[in-house]
Amino acid sequence: MAIIEEPLALPSGDRPTVSNPLGGLSRPRGATGLKDWLTTVDHKKIGIMYGAAALFFFVIGGIAALGIRTQLAAPDQTLLSGDAYNRVFTMHGTVMVFLAVMPLGAAFANYLLPLQIGARDVAFPRINAFSFWVFLAGGILLNTSWFIGGGANGGWFNYAPNNGVAYSPSTGIDFWNIGLLIAGIGSMTGAVNLITTVLNMRAPGMSWMKMPVFTWMTLVTQFLLLFAIPVLTVAQVLLLLDRGFDANFFNVEQGADPLLWQHLFWIFGHPEVYLMILPAFGIVSETIPVFSRKPIFGYPFMVASGVGIGFMGWGVWAHHMFVSGLGPLSVAAFSAVTMFIAVPTGVKILNWLATMWGGKLLLNTAMLFSIGLVTQFTVGGLSGVMHSVAASDTQQTDTYFIVAHFHYVLFGGALFGFMAGFYFWWPKAFGYKLSEKWGKAHFWTMVAGFNLTFGPMHILGLQGMPRRMQTYSEVQGFGLWNMVATIGSFILGVGSLLILVNAFVSYRAWKRAGRPDVGPDPWDARGIEWMIQSPAPEHNFDVDPVITELDDFWHKKYAEDENGKLVRVATAEELAHPGNGEGVHLPAPSYWPLVLSIGIMIIGYGLIFSLYLCIPGAFIMMTALYGWSLEPADDLDADDHHHGEVEVAHG
Amino acid sequence: MADVATPAVDGHVDAHHDEHHEGHHTSLGISNMKLAMWLFLGSEVLLFGALISSYLLSVARFNQERAEGNPLVTGPGTELFDIPFTSASSFILLMSSLTMVLAHQAIHHGDVKNSRIWIGATAALGSLFLAGQVYEFTVFYREGLGFTTNLFGSAFFTLTGFHGVHVTGGILMLTSLLVLSFQGKLNKDRHETVELVGLYWHFVDIVWVLIFTIVYLVV
Repeated sequence: MAIIEEPLALPSGDRPTVSNPLGGLSRPRGATGLKDWLTTVDHKKIGIMYGAAALFFFVIGGIAALGIRTQLAAPDQTLLSGDAYNRVFTMHGTVMVFLAVMPLGAAFANYLLPLQIGARDVAFPRINAFSFWVFLAGGILLNTSWFIGGGANGGWFNYAPNNGVAYSPSTGIDFWNIGLLIAGIGSMTGAVNLITTVLNMRAPGMSWMKMPVFTWMTLVTQFLLLFAIPVLTVAQVLLLLDRGFDANFFNVEQGADPLLWQHLFWIFGHPEVYLMILPAFGIVSETIPVFSRKPIFGYPFMVASGVGIGFMGWGVWAHHMFVSGLGPLSVAAFSAVTMFIAVPTGVKILNWLATMWGGKLLLNTAMLFSIGLVTQFTVGGLSGVMHSVAASDTQQTDTYFIVAHFHYVLFGGALFGFMAGFYFWWPKAFGYKLSEKWGKAHFWTMVAGFNLTFGPMHILGLQGMPRRMQTYSEVQGFGLWNMVATIGSFILGVGSLLILVNAFVSYRAWKRAGRPDVGPDPWDARGIEWMIQSPAPEHNFDVDPVITELDDFWHKKYAEDENGKLVRVATAEELAHPGNGEGVHLPAPSYWPLVLSIGIMIIGYGLIFSLYLCIPGAFIMMTALYGWSLEPADDLDADDHHHGEVEVAHG
Repeated sequence: MADVATPAVDGHVDAHHDEHHEGHHTSLGISNMKLAMWLFLGSEVLLFGALISSYLLSVARFNQERAEGNPLVTGPGTELFDIPFTSASSFILLMSSLTMVLAHQAIHHGDVKNSRIWIGATAALGSLFLAGQVYEFTVFYREGLGFTTNLFGSAFFTLTGFHGVHVTGGILMLTSLLVLSFQGKLNKDRHETVELVGLYWHFVDIVWVLIFTIVYLVV
């Protein structure tokens, strides 16, 4: 369809000479099925792949979580040995943070950013595909440690010197280290790409303060990634050099300071927690106004608080290290900043509440999940502020109280937000709504399971149960609440799977009904992504939308009459682009992002097992880089195809 | 890290780019490629920031342990530095920034021949700097400082090695530019490609100014 079948004519009228450095790997045209997915550079397909991969890893991380909970269900259990337990909680944390929650943010960012700013695609479509594939390569490499590695067992933050060869001789840490290094490459290239897209490819009229809140939050998120990932990269490279090449960065015998790892990790790690939650904040800032039938309350404050969190997030890392002996001055300073950062977060909570206040609430599944985020994140936020008080944190650190805290913000907050996003944008992506009946069952089992699992952990933590304890004895008195948490976790496990059940059931019902058109705007929503057909056509907008207002689509649908009363002036169907992509040039698919990622993955295995393996890996990588550079770019002009080349046939 | 940047740079080098207008129709008026390069360099600032911090901490700990007579800490330390030699190689690298500017000036004015000369000169000066680094590493190694000898060795070779890899990546880009130029694909309309490589090159130079000052002169 819109993918052009042959090379474009040059402006001069000459036929371009197409050089195919490797014939079989030249740009595929009109590919379908698997080949289409492997070579696509369409931001929507890449977003869907990010989402699917994230849900897959979410299931793996969830199975690990159920392993932990089963082991802890009762005193003196022996289901998992100490070493196995270390691996399971390490992989649970690592997989959930890096391979489930972060890519969920990337999934929504990829799918929605171009749609929300009225662009044809992202700035660099092939780099976008590369970001996904290299993330997947890192994720797969990390997870193969279950089978062929010693199992990563250093915890998700993997402190030195425990992560050194002396204390962790197996290859598990290497899998952790190199898997995340590789995934980090994808985060960095993705950040460059998405920031460029937002800054440079907005539709005419979309000024800063007309950008949707989700776009804003994603912009902040990507800036956090851009600056945080290199710091983690340095920490991991130092560890790689220590483990693989006998360097001395964390060698205490040589006088090294293992706190270096903690500083580097948390300078990355604290922005990291904000970059996990901010996309979810963005999502509910889109859903709550739609289902409250009101504009977002205090839009400028919503934006400013997100940016404020982005800045302040860099000044709080040492609150993860209050018990490491930093000295009173550092502790006081980081304590104060940590208290301050609660303010912009509180502003957001207030604004969501004020948006709902007096609104006509429509409590469908997307809205329920959004309210779930607001409520449960607030619980986690409140226990978070408690940790800013260093004296109190000293008591709570490394107990289950901390575990309860970060699950309330990351699961009860971020993940619930992403679920809201799934229900909200599902019709836009796939052309049918998810079932409300299953959706409500999904929501309520998740709420019940979530609070049963993590609520009791507050009590366990205050009772003194340490985090990462493999088992406990009866006399310690942790049995009751651990059993409650374990029961809750299985409810939560079932609840989490209901999203997949719902997708399947709803799809079948839709198919059986003859695939009825859900319409461009099934929720009577506000953003311009609802101005195109559902599912979103490959070329997004037929013509560049012209933006005059914040919530531009809403203002095109509704206006005030002479009495100041809100009246509908146009239907979504009238306003929606018919989905005619004639004359639109789209970037053509490419094999090279996938090939490049495979090369990098082979180098990764080479760094773990044998440096000789790096040679073919590097060869594939360099071939891919040059193949990439030399393949004809029939996207006409990666820089400005979004604006320049649209000739629309219809009126 | 440099490899990651390469597709971004080379992605620009495409057969159909003949009519390229700088900053054409973008929201900020700066082209996507240039914006992306700036963002990438911003990311690199944090990379080198973390590396330099790690170096400073490691050297401080090394000096302290050695002063306290830790018997496990052996091998030479910062007394190995040959300031006059490194000053000379730093000067060479700084001069390569000048030739880089001249290369861009030439291509901007459509002077393809001179742009080739200056691009080649930049690559040559960069290679000379790298040769100096290899020489320096060899001398240090002969004097007993290996990568694994002590904390200073690991930190020094890692930091300067990372910078050296960045210079190498820059030389690869410059060489690619030369190849393009001789294929006739690098003309006035494509001056931004040269500018992008220049941005990267100047950044790597500035990082060296910092490394030279902090590593060789101050600590």
